[in-house]
Amino acid sequence: MDVNQYLEIFLDETNEHLQSLSDQLMILENEPENADTINEIFRAAHSLKGMAGTMGYKRMQALTHDMENVFSEIRNGKMKVTSQLVDVLFQTLDALEEYKNTIQETSDEGTNDNAALIKALQQCLDEGTGAAAGGASDNAKEAAKDDAKGDGSSENGEQKWRNIALQEHEINAIKEAEEKKMNIYGCTVFIQESCILKAARAFLVFKAVEELGEIIISEPSTQDIEDEKFDFDFSLYIISEEPYDKVEAAILSVSEIDRVVGEKISASDAIESGSKAEDKKEAVEASAEAEQKAKEEKPVEAAPAAAPATPAAAPQGGSNAPAKKQGANKPVVNRTVRVDIEKLDVLMNLVSELIIAKNSLVSYSSGGQAGNNSNFNEQIEYLESVTTNLHESVMKVRMVPIESITNKFPRMIRDLSKKLNKKMELYMSGEDTELDRTVVDEIGDPLMHMLRNSADHGLESTEERIARGKNPTGSIFLDAYQDGNNVVIEVKDDGNGIDVEAVKRKAIERGTITAEQGENMSSKEIIDLLFLPSFSTAKVVSDVSGRGVGLDVVKSKIESLGGDVSVKTKLGEGSTFSIRLPLTLAIIQALMVIVGGETYAISLGSIDTIEDISEQDVKYVEAKEVIHLRGNVIPIVRLHEVLGLEVSERQSDRMIVVIVKKGDQYAGLVVDQLIGQQEIVIKSLGKYINCTSRMISGATILGDGEVALIIDANCLI
Amino acid sequence: MDEISLMNNEYDTTQYIVINIGDEQYGIDIKYVDNIVRMQKITRVPNCQDYFKGVINLRGEVVPVMSFRMKVNLPEVENTNKTRIIIIKLEQNAPVGIIVDAVREVVTLGDNSIDAATRSSTNNDPSYINGVGKYNDTLISLLDLNVVISEKETS
Repeated sequence: MDVNQYLEIFLDETNEHLQSLSDQLMILENEPENADTINEIFRAAHSLKGMAGTMGYKRMQALTHDMENVFSEIRNGKMKVTSQLVDVLFQTLDALEEYKNTIQETSDEGTNDNAALIKALQQCLDEGTGAAAGGASDNAKEAAKDDAKGDGSSENGEQKWRNIALQEHEINAIKEAEEKKMNIYGCTVFIQESCILKAARAFLVFKAVEELGEIIISEPSTQDIEDEKFDFDFSLYIISEEPYDKVEAAILSVSEIDRVVGEKISASDAIESGSKAEDKKEAVEASAEAEQKAKEEKPVEAAPAAAPATPAAAPQGGSNAPAKKQGANKPVVNRTVRVDIEKLDVLMNLVSELIIAKNSLVSYSSGGQAGNNSNFNEQIEYLESVTTNLHESVMKVRMVPIESITNKFPRMIRDLSKKLNKKMELYMSGEDTELDRTVVDEIGDPLMHMLRNSADHGLESTEERIARGKNPTGSIFLDAYQDGNNVVIEVKDDGNGIDVEAVKRKAIERGTITAEQGENMSSKEIIDLLFLPSFSTAKVVSDVSGRGVGLDVVKSKIESLGGDVSVKTKLGEGSTFSIRLPLTLAIIQALMVIVGGETYAISLGSIDTIEDISEQDVKYVEAKEVIHLRGNVIPIVRLHEVLGLEVSERQSDRMIVVIVKKGDQYAGLVVDQLIGQQEIVIKSLGKYINCTSRMISGATILGDGEVALIIDANCLI
Repeated sequence: MDEISLMNNEYDTTQYIVINIGDEQYGIDIKYVDNIVRMQKITRVPNCQDYFKGVINLRGEVVPVMSFRMKVNLPEVENTNKTRIIIIKLEQNAPVGIIVDAVREVVTLGDNSIDAATRSSTNNDPSYINGVGKYNDTLISLLDLNVVISEKETS
């Protein structure tokens, strides 16, 4: 089957399921008894297994299957959730994630069997179920295990049907058959190992047998056989009037059947061996009260336990998987955005409106009523409103909540907490804040860096926290919110804060600054040193952080996205790192101004107010021009000067000042003339041109085809 | 005859666009030329390298434009109706325009008609030329675009 067309859906859904598993596991660790969570987990694991199976990813399926078993035991109350178990489960999720990544890149699942993990899961299963039984003696379990092993390999050899556990109604059926003088056979069918469609062969065997008699029970169950959840053999109890030879011949007539091992048995034999097998399994289960359930579910659970060969079957299945694309090493799946159908409906409506607007313009121009200007303007206005809405909707389609990256963080903090041996808790808010997809994709790593930073450097060790009278569990906050045209993401911790003196000492020690420079620097300037490349205050390099490739990378990344990073800190109380990002990258609302005959754009997002000020109001503070405005002293920037223009002669003594703000800082930009507000598309200036002051953040093309530059007001403050 | 044409084929040939700067002729490898446009309004970019005159709108794309004369320390001249901007693409998505006095023709030069550029050791200026082509008695200086476009200031 060519499954490539489903690959995207598969990857998408796998992502979702893995995420939900991870989320639910976190909850489960805190509330081990939460039935809803367990059910949710079970469902996710089950769907994951089904999907992996459908796509032919056998290794992934095998691993998920074992994980599902564990969840199933938990759900049935036979196992307790322990921190150790959760660890193993998280490792399993990681392994699954790895499969997913490999699949994404090569469309093949790779060759890692994760045998160790499967074993660990088995062990958890064994220990867990054993422990839950409580009273059941370990000896019994051990003995049962040995017994089972012995039976599987040497004693019974290939007569695996002897291991079938019989239930009451099956025993009754056998007894009944004996009374009717029917023959009872037990047999085990072996399929050739080269067989690809095992389930189909097994089905044909069933069909052939059912023509001659009745199948009482099969091991694994019919359902499992249909799902190909079996090795290369399965066992049957058959009731038939025909002699055994005929049954065997019928089975062997199915192609790709290797051999059949079986014999006629008496009812008592069957019942005895059946109940013996059941005893063994009960012992393995070692759970008297769950006996009833065990009987129903054992076939499923027993499959991997009896057959660690499930992964062994995988290579065969794996070669089956699409290997065509393997040559191409680039990701086989394009990046996609999932779009709410409602948003698409809005888009569709707008496009139809656009067509209507176009049509009315066409009819207007062909109607020859060119003199009627008001009608024309009406149409233009209509068109304008449609395009504005269209733009907004397209932007919305590109917006995704930052949830998609933040939901990995609780897990990360949990791992860090264990690794660093510090107690910490992550509190998140505003995960539904939306950002452009391209931005969201990019800020994952920087945010992770900052959280690690907070966990490793920010928070003190638990002992230290106790000594300082703080809550022994450190808190890290991740808050996201929209602020005008920006989105702000804050990473806050209640740790020690940044020790400005320590940073200064370190900087001097490293020769980043001289001692005199250090004396004259404000604490803010010193904190900014942290963002320089290869600067780390951690005394020891750990694998969490401390190599000094953190904050400078964060800063450059955020700046490449048009945002900025700032830090607030208080020694002993913690620090806050804020990332400020533009909501959109491509199109902004801007104020168009004229300075010295040239047109410039200033992003509306950074503009506070526009003031008309008399020359006489300009005061001097430290030889810099300032104005006093509603209680604020605001420095003035004469754009002519910074843009290198001739100062034009001014007729009046009034000047137009555009007040821009960045955070809580203000500046007044003096311009010649205002044109008005306009929606502009941001274009880059190109690679080669090098604007030294970085005051020009880009360019845009105006309606008349001319290029106007965009002034980055943040650089002027 | 056959022999001669075979001989010629042994040399790789390259097409060059021949431009005029003053009286000199320069050749630009045609594979880097994206477009040639007439002079148009250039928007000045403040505080950038001197030789960059600014940016133009090339069919909705903002393209930086440099003056070849300023880059190689020649005096500026008035724009004429022969002045052209050659849009160069050394790599994808990074076009740059070069203002030249005039564009003359396209010539095909074989490797055998190109001499390596001579460099005097007393000259400190970076060499913008990676060869000299001979074409019908005229000499064409072949431009090394990487050096022309790179950000290094002439000393």
